[in-house]
Amino acid sequence: MTTLALHRWSALRAFSTLFLLAALTLLAAGRAHAALTIEIVGSGANQIPIAIAPFRAEEGTPQALTPIVIADLARSGLFKTIDAGGISPVPYEPAEINYGQWKARGADALVIGHVTPRNGQFEVSFRLMDVVKGTQLAGYFYRVNAAQLRLTAHKIADAIYEKLTGDPGVFATRITYVVKRGTRFELQVSDADGFGGQTILASGEPIISPSWSADGTRLAYVSFERKKPIVYVQSLTTGQRKAVAAFSGSNSAPAWSPDGRRLAVTLTKDGSSQIYMISSDGGNATRLTNSGGIDTEPNFSPDGQSIIFTSDRGGGPQIYRMPASGGQAQRLTFEGNYNVSPRHSPDGKSFTFIQRQGSRFGVAVQDFAARQMQVLTDGGVDESPSFAPNGRMILYASEVRGRGILAAVSSDGRVKQRFTESGGDVREPSWGPLTNR
Amino acid sequence: MTKRLITAFAVVGMLVGCASTPTDEQAGAKVEDRQPTTAAATPAPSKPTTDASTRPSTGQTVGADPLKDPSNILSRRSIFFDYDSFTVKEEFKPVVSAHARYLSTSKQARATIQGNTDERGSREYNLALGQKRADAVKQMMTLLGAPAGQIETVSFGEEKPRGQGANEQAFAENRRADIVHQGE
Repeated sequence: MTTLALHRWSALRAFSTLFLLAALTLLAAGRAHAALTIEIVGSGANQIPIAIAPFRAEEGTPQALTPIVIADLARSGLFKTIDAGGISPVPYEPAEINYGQWKARGADALVIGHVTPRNGQFEVSFRLMDVVKGTQLAGYFYRVNAAQLRLTAHKIADAIYEKLTGDPGVFATRITYVVKRGTRFELQVSDADGFGGQTILASGEPIISPSWSADGTRLAYVSFERKKPIVYVQSLTTGQRKAVAAFSGSNSAPAWSPDGRRLAVTLTKDGSSQIYMISSDGGNATRLTNSGGIDTEPNFSPDGQSIIFTSDRGGGPQIYRMPASGGQAQRLTFEGNYNVSPRHSPDGKSFTFIQRQGSRFGVAVQDFAARQMQVLTDGGVDESPSFAPNGRMILYASEVRGRGILAAVSSDGRVKQRFTESGGDVREPSWGPLTNR
Repeated sequence: MTKRLITAFAVVGMLVGCASTPTDEQAGAKVEDRQPTTAAATPAPSKPTTDASTRPSTGQTVGADPLKDPSNILSRRSIFFDYDSFTVKEEFKPVVSAHARYLSTSKQARATIQGNTDERGSREYNLALGQKRADAVKQMMTLLGAPAGQIETVSFGEEKPRGQGANEQAFAENRRADIVHQGE
């Protein structure tokens, strides 16, 4: 995919200063909106109001882009998408914008663009305009084939999101999860919005615990295809797979080191479930924990220095932290008698986990420094939380009427979304990294 | 031919029996009760175990294989656990003991113990809990004389439930370890 910035605004120093000012103004506006939302339960009035005009000629393409951009931005909970219907003529170029019209609809920002078929490919360009100042905030050009139109829409949403919130967008990232259809288990990878799911492994035996390598090229997971849990690593580019932990007993809970060279895994080869380190190519295992009880669900800190994990060494399952080379572990959770499935936030400052309250399981987050804990969901049977790579959302598994579904909650608990899947029981989600796709 | 047919019917009968047994034995058992009565929690062995009946099948006809003889205690493979418990209850000791004897009489015999849990909670933590159940059965078998090297313990966690549904009866059925002999 070719990505070229439209250079008009950067050509002139004066213009780029203006652009910076405008960006900062909107950024400040965005932050102020976010700060306001904290005080109000629910959402609506406190989001960044943005209008997205239909792109010129997008209706004639296999995949219209603006409906996807609108859905992405709306789903984040940080934007209020303004209806662009009835504006005539629809602006495709800055000179065609009647800013008064958009101001009247309450839009602070406006997105315009066009799609041009050329030599079997599509040229897509868009501009993000500051409606108040009448200036351009961002503009990009893409040359893609038909199969990349959906991804291009996600990239446009990412660019808008980043420009207006200051955080990287994650709409062009991927997620993985397992779908159970009858007796068949499918390990799938899809876009972050749940569309475009591809089965990368189908099996008559269960598959659990898929985990992304930091570069997004490989998945580690647990498959029961050989009548016991064995850890595999599979390349998403070649499809090749290899059993990397198939020791005596059970092999499970793979977690990648940030450099992609090692995996922390749970093995039972020496007795109870304990955490070991192996090469991501397989080979010998080095033992990291020695509790005699259950130590499992390891997860590396983003800097690779420490591992958080679940242990029952204190009686019930709680979250602990130890150096990545093993050694003294420190207990992190003290509220409740069942805290499991810890995963670091991308900035390494907090972790998400599952807490049982009574007989209900919900997603919680806890800050490492302040040890402040916040319960985010009350789905009852919530499992497997993982952060989006910008730290703003947490993806998890839940259930509706006995059927497994995927859901996401903002890391402040205010925005919740649900992914609906066409049939099948969906479980074990994991949000992939930020990568250049 | 006739003998084969009879064997086939016997096996089918056994499978049917196996499939329905756990439901029956759990029906009426109060799961909240940590100490259910023996009769309610599990059927009593239909025949006393003898040394002869626990010998490995080597050299015997299929029909006489003690592992497949529904009237032999060795045809019983499931050990059920209380909620959040890894203790092999007294009522399952005869079964565990019979399989331990079976393994100890043949160096060639190998068994896998598969631990299971109900569906509540983390899948990976449940995998570790299932392992603990399998290990508890293995520990009892080795105490009763089975060579540890002939037994592998693995866990299915909550992934291969026998009882379907999110109710106490299904949960109780899935808090279980199964003994599987090599070649089965």
